[in-house]
Amino acid sequence: MVPESYYTALSAVLFSIGVVGVVIRRNPLVIFMSIELMLNAANLALVAFGHRFGNLDGQALVLFVMAVAAAEVAVGLAIIVAIFRVRRRLSVDDLSLMRW
Amino acid sequence: MARAAFFVLAALATGSALGLILKKNAIHGALFLVVNLGSIAVLYLMLGAEFLAAAQVIVYAGAIMVLFVFAIMVLIPGKEETGPDPRRAYRLLALPLGAALLLLLGGVVAGRLGAPAAAGAAGDAGALGRLLFTRYLFPFEVTSVLLLAAMVGVLLLARRGA
Repeated sequence: MVPESYYTALSAVLFSIGVVGVVIRRNPLVIFMSIELMLNAANLALVAFGHRFGNLDGQALVLFVMAVAAAEVAVGLAIIVAIFRVRRRLSVDDLSLMRW
Repeated sequence: MARAAFFVLAALATGSALGLILKKNAIHGALFLVVNLGSIAVLYLMLGAEFLAAAQVIVYAGAIMVLFVFAIMVLIPGKEETGPDPRRAYRLLALPLGAALLLLLGGVVAGRLGAPAAAGAAGDAGALGRLLFTRYLFPFEVTSVLLLAAMVGVLLLARRGA
C-alpha cells in the first residue's frame, strides 16, 4: 500500500519539470507537450486525493480535464500550423505580437 | 511490492519527463511523453481508477500524441533550437525558479504527510459513470459543446487561405 502523499510528491516533481520545460524551450510544440505534462501531474494529484478521501469527484474532474486538454491540443496545434504557414519557422521568441 | 512498483514507475515518469524537456529533437520528446503518459496510466490503475487508466491510454497516448507526432512531422522542426539563444539569461534563471517551485510544492506535500486518511473504496467505472450522469451532468454536456467548438475552430484555422 503506497501512501497518497507519494503520488502527490511525484505530481509536484512532474509539474515542476513541466514548468521548467515551458520556460527553457523555444519550440512551441515542445512547450505544448510540457503543458500536457503539467496537466497530467495535476490529474495524478486529483486521482490521488480522490483515492485518499474515498470518493469519485476527483476522477470525474480528471475526465473533464482530459476533454479540455484534447480540445486545447487540437486548437493549439492548428494555430501553430497556421503560424508556420505564414512565417515558415517556429520559435516562440519570434512570436511577440498577436498578429502576423 | 506495490511500493517497489510505485518507485519504478515514478523513476520512469520522472526520467521521461526530463527527457522531454532536455532532448533537442521534438520527436524524441513526443516519444518520451508517451512513456510518461503510459506510466501515469499504470499509476492510475494502482490508485483504483481503472476507467481513467483506459481513458488515459486511449485519449492521451492514442489520440493526442498521434496529433502531436503528426504536427511534428508536418512542421519538421528540430533546426529551430540550434542558433544562438537570444534570451539565455532568462533561461538560466529557469532552473533555480523551477527548483524553488519544487521546494514550495514539496513543502505543501510534506506538510500534509501526517494527515489522517479517510478510508473507503472509491468505486469502479460504473460508479464513476453514474456520478458523471447525475451530479456532473451539466458539465458533461458542456464538454460536448466545448469539443464541438474546438472542432469547428480547428476546421476554420486549418482552411487554406484562412
